Amino acid sequence: MLLDLQQISGGYDQTSIIQNVAFTLHEGEWLSLLGANGSGKSTLLKLISRMLPLQAGTILLDGKAIHQQSPQTVAQQMAVLPQHQTLPSGITVHQLVCLGRTPYQSWWQWSLTPTDHQHVKRALAQTGMLPFRHRPLEQLSGGERQRAFLALALAQNPKVLLLDEPTTFLDLHHQLELLELLRSLNQDRGLTILTVLHDVNLAVRYSARLALLKEGRLFDLGPPPQVLTPRNLAQVFGITAALIDSPVGLQICAIAASADSATPSVPSTVHAHDPS
Amino acid sequence: MIGILGVGLVITILLSLAQGSVAMSLQEVWQALWHQGPALNQTILWELRLPRIAAALFVGSALGMSGALLQGMLRNGLADPFILGISAGAGLVAIALLTLNIFLSWLPIAAWVGAVLTSALVYRLGHTVNGIAVERLVLGGVAVSSLLGAIQTTLLLLSDDGRIQAALNWLIGSLSGRGWTEVINAGPYISVALIAGCLLSRNINILNLGDDLAVGLGVSLTRSRLLIGGVATLLAASAVSMAGLIGFVGLVVPHGVRLLVGTDYRWVVPLSALGGAWVLILADLLARLGAVELPVGAVTALLGSPLFIWLLYRRLSPLQGV
Repeated sequence: MLLDLQQISGGYDQTSIIQNVAFTLHEGEWLSLLGANGSGKSTLLKLISRMLPLQAGTILLDGKAIHQQSPQTVAQQMAVLPQHQTLPSGITVHQLVCLGRTPYQSWWQWSLTPTDHQHVKRALAQTGMLPFRHRPLEQLSGGERQRAFLALALAQNPKVLLLDEPTTFLDLHHQLELLELLRSLNQDRGLTILTVLHDVNLAVRYSARLALLKEGRLFDLGPPPQVLTPRNLAQVFGITAALIDSPVGLQICAIAASADSATPSVPSTVHAHDPS
Repeated sequence: MIGILGVGLVITILLSLAQGSVAMSLQEVWQALWHQGPALNQTILWELRLPRIAAALFVGSALGMSGALLQGMLRNGLADPFILGISAGAGLVAIALLTLNIFLSWLPIAAWVGAVLTSALVYRLGHTVNGIAVERLVLGGVAVSSLLGAIQTTLLLLSDDGRIQAALNWLIGSLSGRGWTEVINAGPYISVALIAGCLLSRNINILNLGDDLAVGLGVSLTRSRLLIGGVATLLAASAVSMAGLIGFVGLVVPHGVRLLVGTDYRWVVPLSALGGAWVLILADLLARLGAVELPVGAVTALLGSPLFIWLLYRRLSPLQGV
């Protein structure tokens, strides 16, 4: 296992938003965290990315506790793509991606080595940003910008990539484009991916396993067909939903916001008509 | 860019050596530099002009770099070296000594201590459970500055007439009568801090990506902010202890440099030091040229504002090349 969460708790200031969450992330898998607003999925990602301090438990990265290693060592193995990016004004895509080599630079190093430049170039190529590398960041569209920040994370040459709602500000076309890109990185390069996703159907489509969070606790964990039961959907999201066998696999169709989330009412699996 | 600034700096230094109440030709300057020619020229050059230019060089580069570091770290274009309470702390101590007319020979060190203590207090206010918060830091600086500023004003109002003049002169900032002692006392510290500032500039680029990404890239937010703020404080406090509260250089020079070279702080930080030195030497030259010598702090504002407006206008014009 690459990432091992052992009974972790944490949150902002003194309050624990995440309580006793434990799961492992295997090498080369794609796991998505799902949950309603305020379920703590982004907080959990911030705890793993060391943005927030742990109040209890440990997180092991490749067998070693992340808080006992130097931040640089952790950053050489784990990269983060936050939901909100601060756009530094006036820098180009290439300059941005070069910053991804920071974990490999010593404090006295002022510029990049040839090896660093190779990694930067590869990250730009993998995300299709080579033609855009001299563009100022501010002139990019939302989708291109997201790929530029993905290239920054890839330049870190990480084993595991954490993404907090990477599709939030993108239209459907760019959502799929980004997730397909992540899928190819996951399958071809063996990059381990942990995402927080808002859209259940996109998560189902791309993830190997789903972790459902409710009120800061892990509610269920497993492959999509096993986890996405009408009962779980009602309990975790407070919706009545039908499960559809679509051309892209299992998908859900929300039918109504359930008034009482404890008693799901439409439990049966519906099969959609064959599209041909 | 470095070339242009460097040439400008050298020309300005030569002009500064030649000009003053006793004007010299370049040849005379050259002779005097090698301890030849009239003894008066040698004395003027070695005892008056050179130390003063050296002082301006140190003070200007310290203020310029300090401003660049703080604007970068606080992600705030209105930040200047005095935003963390440095001017208020140093000002209060200096005004207290000047108006009470005590320990005047200790004034530079006392002002330095006042500046450093005040910004340490501001840092304490900016510290939360999750580290140092930029907004709290700025607000803490504003609050502490107004409090100390009020005490300072009260002291000024209660003081004797003769003392106010000296106090005001210090508040506006002046290089008048600065000799080798001041340069030798503060110079080494400023030099070390200037090198440290250059080494920290790569970190500012990363802090500008936002807290989440900076942490993801393996940068410790608290440690970087302490180091950058610490170096900026040392630079500004040393500058203040040498020349009083010279405003404007630390605020405007980094902006000017960014307009010219972009936002890569690996260039902005060192060039701001160079730019600050140049602006201050030029301002001091102009301050000495008039019939009555003006405090250099007044000249930096008089000279800096139009220059800055020109730079802003130049950036807005569509002909700007990249």
